[in-house]
Amino acid sequence: MTTSTHDPRVVASPEVAAARQGRSTRSRRPGGQRRPPLRRDGVWPWLFVLPLFTGVAVFYLWPIVNTAYLSMTRSGPFGGSTFIGFGNFTELVADPQLYTSLGNTLVYTGIVALGIPIAVYVASLLNLPGLRFAQFYRVLFFLPYVAMPTAIAMVWRVMFNGDFGLVNRALGVVGVDGPYWVSDSSTAIVAVAIVGLWSSLGFSVIVLGAGLKTIPPELYEAAELDGASTWRQFRSITVPLLTPSIFFVTIITVISSFQLFDLLYAILGSANPVLPQSMSLVYLFYREGFVNNDKGYAAAVAMVIFLVIGVVTALQFRMQRRWVQDV
Amino acid sequence: MSETVARPSVRRSGRARQSHVVAHLVLATGGAVMAFPFVWQVIMSLSTNAEVVSVTPVFWPAELRWDNYAVVFDRLPFLDQLKTSVWMTTIRTLAQILFCTLAGYAFARMRFRGSGVLLALVLSILMVPSQVYLLSQYQIIQGLGLLDSLPGLVLPGLFSAFGTFLMRTAFLGMPRELEEAARLDGANPFQVFWRVMLPLARPSISVLAITTVLWSWNELLWPLVVTTYSDEMPLSAGLATLIGDRTTDYPVVMAASLLAMAPVLILFIVLQRRVIDGLASSGMK
Repeated sequence: MTTSTHDPRVVASPEVAAARQGRSTRSRRPGGQRRPPLRRDGVWPWLFVLPLFTGVAVFYLWPIVNTAYLSMTRSGPFGGSTFIGFGNFTELVADPQLYTSLGNTLVYTGIVALGIPIAVYVASLLNLPGLRFAQFYRVLFFLPYVAMPTAIAMVWRVMFNGDFGLVNRALGVVGVDGPYWVSDSSTAIVAVAIVGLWSSLGFSVIVLGAGLKTIPPELYEAAELDGASTWRQFRSITVPLLTPSIFFVTIITVISSFQLFDLLYAILGSANPVLPQSMSLVYLFYREGFVNNDKGYAAAVAMVIFLVIGVVTALQFRMQRRWVQDV
Repeated sequence: MSETVARPSVRRSGRARQSHVVAHLVLATGGAVMAFPFVWQVIMSLSTNAEVVSVTPVFWPAELRWDNYAVVFDRLPFLDQLKTSVWMTTIRTLAQILFCTLAGYAFARMRFRGSGVLLALVLSILMVPSQVYLLSQYQIIQGLGLLDSLPGLVLPGLFSAFGTFLMRTAFLGMPRELEEAARLDGANPFQVFWRVMLPLARPSISVLAITTVLWSWNELLWPLVVTTYSDEMPLSAGLATLIGDRTTDYPVVMAASLLAMAPVLILFIVLQRRVIDGLASSGMK
């Protein structure tokens, strides 16, 4: 970017150009190491980079461009497609399915995000100096995150069963008549979100735990000497100094929640009649693209998902200034 | 290290010890909630179907039915799916390690025209949700006639922008001296990479391997899209097709699910520190 201000004719020799090119990559490393001898590596770098880059270009870069194009086409029933400009998008904007699935995705994201404060608390407990079994607890909390979503969904599906599920039995003990969680369109997404919260909690705990390790213990010792209560220490030291990690966890949680598919598909089941009311954005994408086989429309859904995630992430970065401390 | 310094002073105070009691209560309760679905799944997998669907709770089966696990292998295309999962995960992991270390090293240490642009292109993929490229990946695999085949399942996952980023970061942080010494000894760039730098990158390679194994083993959407018949699917997608069955034999489904998860769960428990630290530092799902 900065090089565009230079007149290209001023570049006298290839060495200068190479140095300038090198500067942009090396400037990221603090400490300014000894400058390596200026030389090019001939054909070697290409031998190293091309296997990966060819794959990435064919299976990732070209598909991104192609999907953007596809989103402006209508696919015929026997393959072939016609260019229709923004037709899919105008249709999508008027499609109630988009708002249903967007709403469900937001509800899911909201419930899963409730796990973040829980994770802050759990991580701070795990970080107590000299706590025994801390690693054992860490493993327990992390277990759901590494479990195959479709496999663990099986047990949750049974636990949420309206007749013999443990969730309703537990609710029955406290006098609540539980709903038919996964076959009721008003509760299905809540059930999925509870599992989402359960399965992502461990990841947040671990990332926040790494953040906690960077807080100097002297701060707590000083606070202890000043007679600050545990709660006060948590509120005035832990949380403010942890805000960068909390921000990072929030971004990751929101982005991955917006991509909800596996748990929804596996817990509700692909034949569930509540799916049209309980689906997520990515499920809508899957249904249009691979069940209804409308590739153009599905491509438009994919572009909308891209846009929504981009906007939400940008908003979070904007709001970051209000609550994330500079450390 | 700072922890051990802080420990004696904090330990001595009564409040700290008291807070440990509270911490253990909270963490043990929370840990039990986290682990409960797994335990419950084990119990159900050893019950009869009647016990699972019984309206009066059966918390422990009258008789432990281990033969539910045998049924998994008899009745379902479980073995085929297991083989597919193993192949898919192994090939993808090895390919990603190979391609990502090579490219990551070149991006970190070699000078060539256009390296900045190529790197930016590769990293730009990290900002794009997978749905955006999934449709066209499907069309490419379809065009190559590779639907319902192992190559079709594996192909896009051989390449990883995240892995390249991870390996580039790893190589950037390594000292140049060894590399230069090897060069002066007359080693060519590939020999320098292979004999000197790759062994040094082992910790980051293990992070890449762990994340790839986890992702590949558990992935659902891609296998669901490129395979049609349940005996061609990996376990992640194959299990999901069981659930649509009208006459669900719950204990067998639970046994199959546990067997499907077992390799990754065991891997995690054995390598726990490495997995946890690796995923925490990579921050990727």
